[in-house]
This record gives sequence, C-alpha cells and structure tokens, in this order.
Amino acid sequence: MKAEQISIFLENKAGRLAGVTGTLSEAGVNIRALSMADTSDFGVLRLIVDDNGKAKLALKEKGFTVGTTDVLAVEVPDEPGGLHNILELLKDSDVNVEYMYAFVQQSGSNAVMIFRFDNIDEAVDLLTQKGVRVISGKDLYTL
Amino acid sequence: MIYDIEYETMPREAMESIQLRRLQTTLQRVYATVPFYREKFDQAGLTPSDIQSLNDLEKIPFTYKKDLRDNYPFGMFAVPMDNVVRIHASSGTTGQPTVVGYTARDIDTWANLMARSLAAGGASRGDIIHNAYGYGLFTGGLGVHYGAEKMGASVIPVSGGNSKRQIIIMKDFGPTIITATPSYALHLAEVAEEMGVSFNELKFKFGIFGAEPWSETMRQEIERKLNLTAVDIYGLSEVIGPGVSIECHEAKNGMHIFEDHFIPEIINPETGEVLPYGEIGELVFTSITKEAFPVIRYRTRDITRLHPEVCTCGRTLVRMEKVSGRTDDMLIIRGVNVFPSQIESVLMETDAVEPHYQLVIGRKENLDTLTVMVEVGENIFSDEVKGLQKLEKKISHNIKEFLGVSAKVQLVEPKTIARSQGKAVRVIDNRKI
Repeated sequence: MKAEQISIFLENKAGRLAGVTGTLSEAGVNIRALSMADTSDFGVLRLIVDDNGKAKLALKEKGFTVGTTDVLAVEVPDEPGGLHNILELLKDSDVNVEYMYAFVQQSGSNAVMIFRFDNIDEAVDLLTQKGVRVISGKDLYTL
Repeated sequence: MIYDIEYETMPREAMESIQLRRLQTTLQRVYATVPFYREKFDQAGLTPSDIQSLNDLEKIPFTYKKDLRDNYPFGMFAVPMDNVVRIHASSGTTGQPTVVGYTARDIDTWANLMARSLAAGGASRGDIIHNAYGYGLFTGGLGVHYGAEKMGASVIPVSGGNSKRQIIIMKDFGPTIITATPSYALHLAEVAEEMGVSFNELKFKFGIFGAEPWSETMRQEIERKLNLTAVDIYGLSEVIGPGVSIECHEAKNGMHIFEDHFIPEIINPETGEVLPYGEIGELVFTSITKEAFPVIRYRTRDITRLHPEVCTCGRTLVRMEKVSGRTDDMLIIRGVNVFPSQIESVLMETDAVEPHYQLVIGRKENLDTLTVMVEVGENIFSDEVKGLQKLEKKISHNIKEFLGVSAKVQLVEPKTIARSQGKAVRVIDNRKI
C-alpha cells in the first residue's frame, strides 16, 4: 500500500536543485512528482521517482544526504470537493497530515495526491475502509 | 605492552637525576652553538652552569613559536647541516612555517619513542599498521612509519587521501591497527558506509589518533563506528613530532610523557609562573636529548594539566590530560572565552550530531556573531523542515546553556566544510579588529 518517497537536504544556494536533477538525469531516473519545503537557509526536496534504489545510490555518490519516508498515494476524484471529501474523512481521526502534494499523472480519471501522515498505518486502514483507493508504490512508479 | 621497561617504569628519583644530567648537557650545547639561545641567556644574566637543579629551569627565558619563525629556516639548528639527515616543517597555515631538523641519532630517538607509543596504544610485532597520517613535511606519517618498523610491525604507508582505496586496502590486507587524525578516521567511516563496508568485518583492534584536538565524546563515536579501542597520541614537530606522549590502551586516562627525553612544565600563560601538578595551564617543553633542533622551555600554547600518580598500566611517567584548548585557539566572543573543543562536545551530546562543524565568527554593528555550521548527515536528517529547525534550536539552546554564548546554527550539506590534509578547518574568524 505504501509508496516510498526520497528526500534530499539542500542548502539554499544557487545551483543545488540543478545538482539533484542533473544527477538523476545522468542516472536515467525519471522524476514522477516533487515538492520542496524551505526556510531561508535550507530546504528539503521530496521526490517520487521511478527507481528509488538507483536514485539513492546516484545521489549519495554525489554527496547528498538522502532520506526515505513512507507516504501514501491516494486517488482523488478530479471534481469540485474531491480533495475536501478525503480530508473530511480524516478530520475526526488521530491521523494528521504532515504535508501533501500532487502527483503529475492521473490514475484513470482520478487525480493522485501524495500524503505524508504522522500515523501512516492508521491512515491506510481508515482510507481503505471508506473505499478510497490507495495506489501501491509499484503501481505508482510506473503510472 | 611496555616497550622500554627500564625508562617507562623508572622511579621518579632516578628519572630526575637523568633529566638533570641531560638538561645540563643540552644547555651547554645550545649556549655554544645557537646564537639565539646564547643571547637569551646573556640577556637574563645566566650561564648554563647556573642550572644546578631541575627547579632552576624556571630561571630560563621561554622560547616562542615566533622565535622559531624569526630564525627561519635553519637558524635554530644546533648542528652543522652536514649532520642533519631530515627536515620537516609545519603547515604554516597560520603564518610562516616552522622548520625542524633531525640528526641520524634524533631519527633513531624518535623511532624509539614512536615504538614505545605504538606499544602503549596496543600494537606489537605481527600487527599490521594502516598508517593514514599524511607523509611529507608533516611529521605524522613518517613518525609512525619509523616507529612501526622499529618495533617490527608491518606498516602500510597509505598516507592520507584516496579514501575509497583505503577501504579496499583495509578489506584486503586486514590491518589490525589504524593511525590517523581523528577527523580523518571518521571520514573513513563515512566512506566505508557509503561503500557498504562495515568496520565490524574488518580486523582493527586499536586506533592511535592525534595531531588535532578531539573530545571524549568523539572518542566514543570513533570507537563505535570503527569498532576498536581508540587512544590519543600527542606531539608537535617543534618538540619532535608525534611520540611526545601517549595514552596507554589499558587506562585511557591521560597521555604518558616520555620524560627521559622531554621535561614538561605547566605555567600560567599570562604570568609565566610555574604551576604545581594538577593545575590547568599552558604546557611547556624542554627537549633534553635532541641534537639538531633542541627546544628550551618551548611554549606549546596547549592547555592541559599534569598528573604524577603511577598509572595502572605500570608506567611511572607523568600523564597529561587531553588538551582542552589552545591559548591561541581561544576565541573571545562577546567577552566569553570559548574553545572550539567545547562546542564540539555540545554538538556530540546533542542527538549524536556529526562532529563535522565549523565556527564562523563575524562582527555586526560592533557585536560579535557566532555561527556554527553543522553538516547534515543521514542520522540527523528529517524529511520535515520543522524537524530540522527543532534540531537547530536545540543545538543553539545547548550552546547558550553550556557556554553562555549565543550562536546561530546553520545546517549545511555534507562535505561542504573544508578538510585540509585530513585536518578539519574549525574556525573562520571574519572579525576585522
């Protein structure tokens, strides 16, 4: 059910993001989704890619600090209120969204959102019980 | 193992009588052959024969690093160049390099002291020593090398750098002892990890680390990551190089000074007054056997204290504590005395932060600013910005609490802090005063 996201520590300096994309490009890794969180000094780049192993190896070789986190890829109906209905489901649970971002590709006619939850196992149970489709990592990377 | 049982376990009285005889000979020689020392003695109204006991040593003026620089390159040599077989020099990163020379007998003395040191650190015949100290003008590489050969151990002269090849050599040759600067040892641990090599699969038993200050917490990290017992070695090229003093692996409680070759004193760095055993001050050395480059009351600028009690390992040699700072490393930030080693301890005690750090001192509107740059390794990385910000705050809070100085903590990418010849550059002072 879970998908693996890689995250990279970046200093807020010119060319650092290009350093990551260049490394992935050389390694033949395709970026499927990304989000960037930053402060004035540093940022954390989060990526869903088609080959985590290859991406991590290539980035570490270049000296980047790379972390991995389990996230959920959730199908969201591509219509008004689609995302809102899913967040409503979570509202009364103890599951909190740490952050989220959109996946580029659609799954059929649905949009896909990447969620980082504080309690991922509970989130999986909750969403699947309510009939929300969670896309497994394997399917996501090749979507 | 004690390499030289006679001298390393000699009763204090016998040691002192040897020291006095050797000191008197050295003073006669430098007075006759080194114009600098003759002038110093004359100015102080002293002749070498005025020194009748070890206590008289304090009558002799100090020798400073600046004196060595003023006599660059060979002005302090006490023998003609015909008798000098080796020249080493300090890196000169903080000014003109200082140049030191050795006669054939000095090289043999040094090899003997390094053999004693390696033995105290756990080595013996049959061990394979991975010597990752730099070979060259720096005394570390060749110092260990000659000591290892003297004791009959096998030495791999791998020197510093080309870290990936070092890990392959460790896997293939199975060295049992490693000698390196502590920061380079941790760097090798990082490289091994990247290559998927665990130190648990390697054969190391002991590591002998020195040439830069390191803390007790850094020792624990090295012992854990490299899976060995780590001991501290002390030396400086002006005195002879590594092998001035060494911890024994049995007690790891202070470094035994080879007093049959060097007389240590602890002085108040401000007044020059000699302090009793147990008090903290600046370490001063007088060499009493060296031929080419004797030093008389040389101010090391290292801060430590001496303990005369006999060690559990059996050595009677006086022990010096780990150097806790340097008189010239001491930073005064907004009037607070700060040693880089104190910041290092705080970092290590805060969530096992990697000890790759750099202090940048600036001045903004007449106020000193301290920025602590810390490399973000995988062990402290978080995919959430708030996690990293929390870490910054925690480090900054702990520095304020333990040192009483405010610091901005800046997280930087791994390997962005310069490492020069295996020695990390710890302080950048941008203040223009």
